[in-house]
Amino acid sequence: MCRSRIDSVVGGILAVVSGAACVVVALIFAFLIVDSLPAITALGVRMWTDGSWHPADSVSAGTFGMAPMIAGTIAVTLGAVALAAPLALASAVFCRYYAPGAIAAGYRRLVHLLAGVPSVVFGFWGLVVLIPILARLKPPGPSLLAGILIVGLMILPTIMLLAESALAAVPESYVLGGVALGMGRWAVIRHIAIPTARRGIVTGVILGGARAIGETMAVVMVCGNIIRTPHGLFDPVRTLTANIALEMGYALGMHRSALFVSGLVLLVIAVVMVAATTAISRYPSACCDAVV
Amino acid sequence: MTQNRSLAGIPANSSAVERMATLVVWLGAALVTAVFLWIIGDILRHGMSGISWAFLSSAPQRSGRAGGILPVLVSTFWILIVALAVAVPVGTLTAVWLADFARRGGRLAMVVKACLDVLAGVPSIVFGLFGNAVFCRYLGLGYSLLAGGLTLACMVLPILIRALEAEFRAVPDDYRFAATALGMSRTRTVTAILLPAALPGLAVGLILGVGRVLAETAALLFTSGYVDRMPRSLMDSGRSLSIHIYDLSMNVPGGEANAYATAVVLVGLLTLINGAVLWLSDHVTRRFHGAI
Repeated sequence: MCRSRIDSVVGGILAVVSGAACVVVALIFAFLIVDSLPAITALGVRMWTDGSWHPADSVSAGTFGMAPMIAGTIAVTLGAVALAAPLALASAVFCRYYAPGAIAAGYRRLVHLLAGVPSVVFGFWGLVVLIPILARLKPPGPSLLAGILIVGLMILPTIMLLAESALAAVPESYVLGGVALGMGRWAVIRHIAIPTARRGIVTGVILGGARAIGETMAVVMVCGNIIRTPHGLFDPVRTLTANIALEMGYALGMHRSALFVSGLVLLVIAVVMVAATTAISRYPSACCDAVV
Repeated sequence: MTQNRSLAGIPANSSAVERMATLVVWLGAALVTAVFLWIIGDILRHGMSGISWAFLSSAPQRSGRAGGILPVLVSTFWILIVALAVAVPVGTLTAVWLADFARRGGRLAMVVKACLDVLAGVPSIVFGLFGNAVFCRYLGLGYSLLAGGLTLACMVLPILIRALEAEFRAVPDDYRFAATALGMSRTRTVTAILLPAALPGLAVGLILGVGRVLAETAALLFTSGYVDRMPRSLMDSGRSLSIHIYDLSMNVPGGEANAYATAVVLVGLLTLINGAVLWLSDHVTRRFHGAI
């Protein structure tokens, strides 16, 4: 195709506008780093080694340990993924291989709706319905467990929809081969479909985990927000994201800067997870090559 | 998506493992369905009674315990308008560039795509920190609808661009070949043929963006703020529906009833949006299949 003069001009303009996305990413990094610098230079490793978080405007007056909140974030995320991943995989397998067409379509629509429910509504439901139930089991109610249940529910659609499209991409000939060998339905799924779709499923789990790490509102509303490393499912916890949401409104000086450090940590984690999913989808896995 | 035909024929093998697997998969799906219906049912049951014309058309009183949500609706509307006014032009131009101007696999296009992936993965609370640092402080907008809208514009950009790019790519290449054969420049092809042909799909992308903006809470906490008065200009602070739910349930004892009613309004809006997306995307696919 020969490109006319106007095309090169328009193409140039569009390319510049397209740079906006890159500019925003650069600005996010720049502003988070700039606003984090006072805390990073003044506190350094204290942000990891201080056992507690009692922030103050000046360095000497407070303690700035993020460790209990990092522990909270890890606990909520691992719990939510452990809860959601098996259910999501079962849901995907259900839609793909077990449910009759109409039920599968209805179920898929339901999961789409679930994916669209705002986190603040999940949090609200957790607050008024789930927490009273948990409080009856074992007080106080707002707890790590509540966070795991709510966040797990929230990331289920992400994992399920990605796992299902991965299962949909499994070549029909693989499945037919299994059937011809006399394998049962579950055996085909377990030994052929899921291993072949492994990459898509893992991508879904990573993206679900990333959502869990970044989830804020629902966690603020159901986790109790006490800054302490959790020792059991019924302990209240505060995550990194919740901490920013709760304190940013009144934080000044060193305190504000320390909150930006935790934002920077979250940003770096997000970038690493995005890079991981990109790497997984780009490089051919040994398993698929061997089968073909 | 249709059911994988080959598997409908797999014999339901009657071994114990097979029966067990079938049971577990159905139970998993039933559990997810039940919890989802529980949440939606609970919101509707407690919230519907609070919905009335008076609720939608009056201002909140006593911190939202009584009265309605009119200023909140107006603020939400303005945040939405600002976000879309910025994100839609930038997003459309970027999508056109990625789909029809950039060299496939070219370095610049790869960089832009990588940036979009990162943007899509950044947690919303980090967008909140970024918006607070850039729009509220650096640009001096303070807590305002404008700052909140601009923050959300950055946030919905990747969603818009992905949806729009997919729509441009879905326009059959025959259209492009025919246009080239007629001697049209690529610019003319885009404006005269591709944009009109992809219009319904563009609406889908737009609506997805609207849904994301409406559902967002964490990024608005420190950008558009909490004020529940009627905004007089874009420079006023104002709270969105989602923040209203958060504030009523967390900070206002006795605000539960109105929080429920607001949640019904929010979920209702999002369900309408979801329905519109489904309807439009069905419509679009049918039209393209018919066209060729």
